[in-house]
Parts: sequence; structure tokens; C-alpha cells
Amino acid sequence: MKTMSFAKGLLQALLLLPLTAFASGATVHLDRAPVNIQNKESLQRGAAVFVNYCLSCHSANAMRYSRMTDIGLTEPQIKDNLLFAAEKPGETMKIAMRSKEAKAWFGATPPDLSVITRSRGADWVYTYLRGFYRDDSRPTGWNNTVFDKVGMPHVMHDLQGQMVPVYKTVTDHEGKSHQVIERLELAQPGKLTLAEYDALVGDLVNYMSWMGEPAKAKRLYLGVGVMLFLFVFFIVAFYLKREFWKDVH
Amino acid sequence: MSDTNVDKSKRRFLVMASSAVGGIAAAGTAIPFVVSMMPSARALAAGAPVEVDLSKIEPGALLTVEWRGKPVWIVSRTKEMLDLLGKHDDKLTDPQSDNSNQQPDYCKNPTRSIKPEYLIAVGICTHLGCSPTYRKEVGAADLGADWPGGFFCPCHGSRFDLAARVFNGSPAPTNLVIPPHKYLSESKVLIGEDTKA
Amino acid sequence: MDKLLAWVDARFPLTATYKAHLSEYFAPKNFNFWYFFGSLALLVLVIQIVSGIFLTMHYKPDADLAFASVEYIMRDVPWGWLIRYIHSTGASAFFIVVYLHMFRGLIYGSYRHPRELIWIFGVLIFLVLMGEAFFGYLLPWGQMSYWGAQVIVNLFATVPFIGEDLSILIRGDFVVSDATLNRFFAFHVIAFPLVLLGLVVVHLVALHEVGSNNPDGVEIKQNKDPVTHQPVDGIPFHPYYTVKDILGVVVFLMVFSAIVFFAPEMGGYFLEANNFIPADPLKTPEHIAPVWYFTPYYAVLRAVPPIFGSQFPGVAAMGVAVMIFFALPWLDKAKVKSIRYRGATYKWFLAAFVVAFIGLGYLGILPATPLYTWISRILSVVYFAFFLLMPWYTDSSRPGKANAKWFLIALVVSAIGVVLNAAQAKPLPYLTEILFFIHVACFVLMPFYLKGDQTKPEPQRVTFK
Repeated sequence: MKTMSFAKGLLQALLLLPLTAFASGATVHLDRAPVNIQNKESLQRGAAVFVNYCLSCHSANAMRYSRMTDIGLTEPQIKDNLLFAAEKPGETMKIAMRSKEAKAWFGATPPDLSVITRSRGADWVYTYLRGFYRDDSRPTGWNNTVFDKVGMPHVMHDLQGQMVPVYKTVTDHEGKSHQVIERLELAQPGKLTLAEYDALVGDLVNYMSWMGEPAKAKRLYLGVGVMLFLFVFFIVAFYLKREFWKDVH
Repeated sequence: MSDTNVDKSKRRFLVMASSAVGGIAAAGTAIPFVVSMMPSARALAAGAPVEVDLSKIEPGALLTVEWRGKPVWIVSRTKEMLDLLGKHDDKLTDPQSDNSNQQPDYCKNPTRSIKPEYLIAVGICTHLGCSPTYRKEVGAADLGADWPGGFFCPCHGSRFDLAARVFNGSPAPTNLVIPPHKYLSESKVLIGEDTKA
Repeated sequence: MDKLLAWVDARFPLTATYKAHLSEYFAPKNFNFWYFFGSLALLVLVIQIVSGIFLTMHYKPDADLAFASVEYIMRDVPWGWLIRYIHSTGASAFFIVVYLHMFRGLIYGSYRHPRELIWIFGVLIFLVLMGEAFFGYLLPWGQMSYWGAQVIVNLFATVPFIGEDLSILIRGDFVVSDATLNRFFAFHVIAFPLVLLGLVVVHLVALHEVGSNNPDGVEIKQNKDPVTHQPVDGIPFHPYYTVKDILGVVVFLMVFSAIVFFAPEMGGYFLEANNFIPADPLKTPEHIAPVWYFTPYYAVLRAVPPIFGSQFPGVAAMGVAVMIFFALPWLDKAKVKSIRYRGATYKWFLAAFVVAFIGLGYLGILPATPLYTWISRILSVVYFAFFLLMPWYTDSSRPGKANAKWFLIALVVSAIGVVLNAAQAKPLPYLTEILFFIHVACFVLMPFYLKGDQTKPEPQRVTFK
């Protein structure tokens, strides 16, 4: 009986759920992330930020340190500069924190970041990492413009500084007015200017995009060759067909 | 349909050209599929060179480490052991280590090692892949009075001396393999990688 | 070489088979663009089997390991990313090719006498393919995999009386779990592919027994050269259609490679973003949409409201929407096969069907708002009307009534009314329902007033160039 009602409930939920999802998700504006996986300097800077700031709580279990040879680093460089949580470059970006403990600390297990840009999109991650603001009602003291009531604290606030929201009043179609965040304002500067911080997050998101699909550069490069080859094949096949079909009247 | 006006050589050329291009396409497609069966990055990482501290091995003792999933022996050979090595060359299949597949060039010497006191060998019998046992006791009762100490394979009775060289009459055809290795310091050795690479 | 061939032929009908199915298999010479998709479907089948075998070497059908093993394939396995993208793109390509192949059958009457069995085997292939795709979609064990499977399996739970036990039997658990993943893997890699291959063989055997149809619907076997005893409108499959199909294959591979190398996610239609999040049985994604090739049927499911608190009617409607293809050979009463010689009525119905199919596919992706649900209902009615009214509108002997056009006007007006009212922020109460009732009633009454389609006679010979 229980499964039956569960099944029914689920079905009904699914037939209705998309509606609410659409209503809630459409309003957030996302900034465009400056992703360029050909820019190896940016990827290397992003990798350093990633291992320094992200890799203590988040893992990237699918990503091997040694793969960073693809972005122009050598194994000794990886070993000396980026290998804090592992012993060998061949290992993956695992973390020591147990997911149960993490859940107790943050309310949710910090997700693995291997393919986060492929599920959330690079623009979302870029906006999110620049969207933290002070909110004393939250246990961590931080809230986020694109992820309301997020469990993650602002890990890079020493760099960005403290942002506070500036509100504006909007009236919805039912005539009720709401306070919504118009933009964020710098209340207390960090070590970087806001422009420098944006550039740093840009490098980080660029790295994370690359990490989401390390084979992408090779894929695009190979794709051009394959298309050129198929074009030659097409010409040959075209004349072959035309030659034989001369017989058919 | 009519077969008049058919330019047979043109037709033959086009068939050949299409077959050639199609063949390249098929081969080009086959390569990624075949190569995908090679060891993955995970397997390569697991088979990465192994660093071993030799200072902890007692003289005469054997330490087994794993490299690429295989047992690699490190024997700290005593002076007595080394002295015995040269005395049974006539009973060995390949006393001079002439078979270059079985060891790197820098180990083609009477002790089959970089440093005579340390034997480093892959502990897999060259006969059918069993792992021989370490029998260092000279003249062991079951191995005969002339046993100089070495390795004995329990599967089919192959015998090797303390330089991992095979004795005549063993089923194993060749000496045990010496893996590529190099010394990082006096007491640290890296198994799986050597200086030439 | 000749001696070897003779040796083989004495023991196995190699030359005879080659002649029967290639060099002396006569196909109509007037095949057009639409006739590429049969051979392409076969090509995609081979691509899927080969790439699938190589994925199986690295994939782990275990709830704890599956997601990571897919990323392992994408990164650690040499060329694994290419093989995986080929397989994921191939899945969508399979449906594109099969839908176009089915549409070809529809417009040229390839399901008509004497090809009813070819059509039935074909629809069976389509059904098995849907199952194969559904099982395969669970394997990456992402959020979409998981919740998609959860929803589809729960559809079976709505079947009266046995539904609950049936869904538990399918899952092997009370929710989709490791047990489900493991058995779906078995179905996906061995059970369904075997059935699929068998069906493809009988589909082709049946085709080569009766011979191919063509855009003119002319039976080429009925007009043979008195001297050679070969069909005058036929040409040997090999070399003529082999070289033509090679050209088709190359063009297909260009499109296929462009997707594999430059847009493997295809804007989220071929690989969904939510499927890059590992399956979480406690958290449903915000918006679940099936993969695009299922969305027309998903839209039909959502269009039917629960009746007496049961979702079963919707599930049944979805099932019937697929199964109704089986009946097509017996629904069509026209004297001609091909759309070339049919009249305007059929063409209008076909056009409406195409619009309904694509429209439903699009609506199946979107979230279900009341407006979209009403549009889905209207399109579902059109979808079913195409099949269920076919015995009347294709029967050219029906005289019809003069006032049939008033029904058409009522149909269109009621449909527009439904949409306009449902689009209001505050729709007038019951108006949508009443208009929709009128809309359906018009369809129900149409058989009594519909004039049969006026066809032109089929030619004796095929038209070529």
C-alpha cells in the first residue's frame, strides 16, 4: 500500500513539480564566465586557486593530478606546488574529510567538483563564487545571490572582502511588493580589488571547466581532422555513385 | 540499363579510391577502440615507480614490494652469499646474463645488480608465472647438499641462485627478470624507472 | 580463389546468398532521400553494438561505482571519451533515423499489403529500441537516470490490481536501487540487443521476400522483362544501392561526427546537465524531462488527467499511442499506397499528425503549465484522430456530407478557444473544458460526415528522373 501511494505521490509531484521549478529558476541573472581552455596560464593559475581553496572540503575524485600535464605543467611542478592532499601525481583529487562529518558541519555534503561545471554550467559557478554576501541570519554568516541559504561559507572572503546587498522594491503581477537584491556592494575590502577578484574567480572557473572534460581540447582538434577527412570521402563517394548510376535510365 | 559507354578504367579507379578512403576510415576508427584496451591512467598510476628504503632490510633478509601488481624482491646479500655466487657458473643456463630481455644493461654483471649487496628482481618464475620461495639456507636437506642458497619454485621445481639465475635442468628457460631501477640516494631505490628514460 | 569459393559454396550457400540479397536482389530504381534511413539504422545498430561492447569493458553496474566508472571512461581510459560520446550520440541518432524511417513507411504506404509483416516487425523493433534506450539511460547513474527510471517504473505501478507488484518485480526493490541497476545492465547489454538483432534479421528477411516498396507504390515484381525475367523497374541492389548508400553513410557520418566532436551534449538534449550529478535517492531534481525521443509520448501521458484518482488512463493512452502503429496496415483503406497519388484530405491529416508529433515532443520537454497541458490535449486528440479516423478519411468511396466543412471550422475554433482561454491569467471557469469537449465531439462525429479522400490512380511504371 505504501509503495502504491508513494508511486502515486511521486507521479503527481512530477506532473506538477516542473511548474514550480520554472517559476523559481528563471529569475536569476548569470554573468558570463570567461572560459577559454586554450589559455594555459589562466588554467594553471586556476588550478593553484582550486587546490588552495576548494580542495580542503570538496573533492574532485575523477581528476588525477598528473592530468595537469595537459595544461603545461610538469610532474615535478605538480608535485612541488599542487600536491597537498596526495602523495603521488597519479592519484586523484581526493579529500580526507568524511562525508558524514561534512554533513554535520555544513548541513550538506560538499559535492564532488569533478564535473560541477557540466551540471551547473560555468556561468552559474562564476556568478555563485562572486555572489556571497554578509547575512547574519545564516549560521555561517554568509548567503549567496544565486544559491539562497547555501551551506557553504565564503571561503575566499579574505580575497574579495565583505559584500553587502543593496535592495530594491519590485511589485509582482499580483500587486504585492517584495524586497529583492539589486546588486552587491563592497563593505569591507579584501586583499584584492573586485576586478582582481573577478579575474581570479575567472581563472578558477576556467580551470574547473577544463577539469569537467579534460579531453575537450583534443576532441575539438580531432574533430576538425575527422570532418576534413569525411569531406574528402564525400567527394569520392559522390563521384562513385554518379559513375555507377550512369547505367540507370 | 545499358553497358555501353561505360568507362571501365574510371569506374575501377573510383572503386579503388573509395575502398582506400573507406579502409582508412575503418582503420582510423579501429585505432581508438583497440587502444582503449591498453592500461588506463588509473592502471598506469597504480603501476607507477615505487620508492623503497633499503636501510631497514637486515642482511640476508628478503623484502617484497609490489610494482605493477607484481612482487619485486629485494635481498640484502651478505658477503658470504656474494662469495658463493661465482662458484656454480657451470650449472647455470645463462651465467653471464647474455639474454638481454631479462635485465637492463646496467645489471649485466656477475651479481646482476647495480650494488652487489642488493638483489632486486621480479619474483615471478619465468616458467609459468608462479612466485618462487626464498631458500637462503645453504645445502638445505630437500634441495641437495650442493644447494648454494637461492629461490625454489614450488610449482614445477625451478631453481634459481641468489643472483636470480636459473640452474640447468629447471623447467624455467631464463633467469628471473631484473626490473628497471635506480638509486635516488645511498639507501633509497626507485623501482620501475631508470636514468636513461 | 575460384577453387576456394567453389569449396565453400559446396558447403555453404555463399554465392547464392550474395546473389539473392545483393547482386541479384532487385530494388526499385526510384528510391529517393527517404530510403537512406533503413541502411543508416543498420549502421547505427552496428555503431551502438561495437561502442557498447567497449564501454562494457570499463563500466561497473554497481550503484556505488557506476557514476564514477563513467567518469573513469571519460578520463582514464585511453579514447574512452570518444567511445562514450559515440554511444551517447548513437542513442539519439538511432531514434532520429528510426523516426525518419517510420515516416517514410507512413508517406509511401510501406506498411500496406503485402508488407504488413515487415511493418509489424518494424514496430516491434521500435518498441524494443525504446526499452533498450530506457534501460541504457539508467546506467550512468546520474540524477536524470535515476529519477527518469523511477518515474517510468512507477508508470507500471498504475496498472490496476497487479501494478504495485509489477513495479516491484521490475525494480527488484521498493525504489530504484543497485538491484535495478544490475538487472537493467543485463537487459541493456545482452537481452534486448539479442532480441533487437533477431527482429532486424526477420525484418530484412520479410523485406527481401516481398521486395521493397517505392515512392510510387508500384509493385516492380509484377512487371518483369519477358527475356531476362527481371523487374523492368528494378536494379540490382549491388552495386547501385551500395554506392548510393555509401554516399548516404558518409553524409550521415558527417552529421554524426559534428555532434560527437563539437556538441556531444547537443544543448542538453543528448546528454542532460542533471545527469552529471550522481544519483541521489533522497533529492529529486527541479525539472525532470525525459530524453527527447520519449517526449512525444510523455506529453500524451501528461495530457490525460487522472480519472477516478488513477493515473492509469494516462499510462494506457501513452501505451496505445505507441501500439497503434501495429494497426496501421488495417486502418488504411486507400486504393493507392503512396502520398503522391492521395488526395488533399489525407495530406491534411498527415500534416496535422506531423505537427502534433513534433508539438507533443516539444511540450514533453517543457514544464507542465495548465496552458501547455491543454495544448498537449488538443495535439493528443489530433495524434489519435490521424489513426482512428483513417478508415473513414482514406475510403474514397465515401460520399461525405456537404456540411463537413462546418465540423472543420468548429474543430479549429474550439481548439483556438481552448488555447486562448487557458492562456489567460484567470481563465473563465469551465469554458476551457466545454470547448475541449466540443473539440473532441467534433472528432467523434467526423466519421459520419467525412468525405473519403479522392485518390489519383497509381501509374504502371515508376517515375524516374
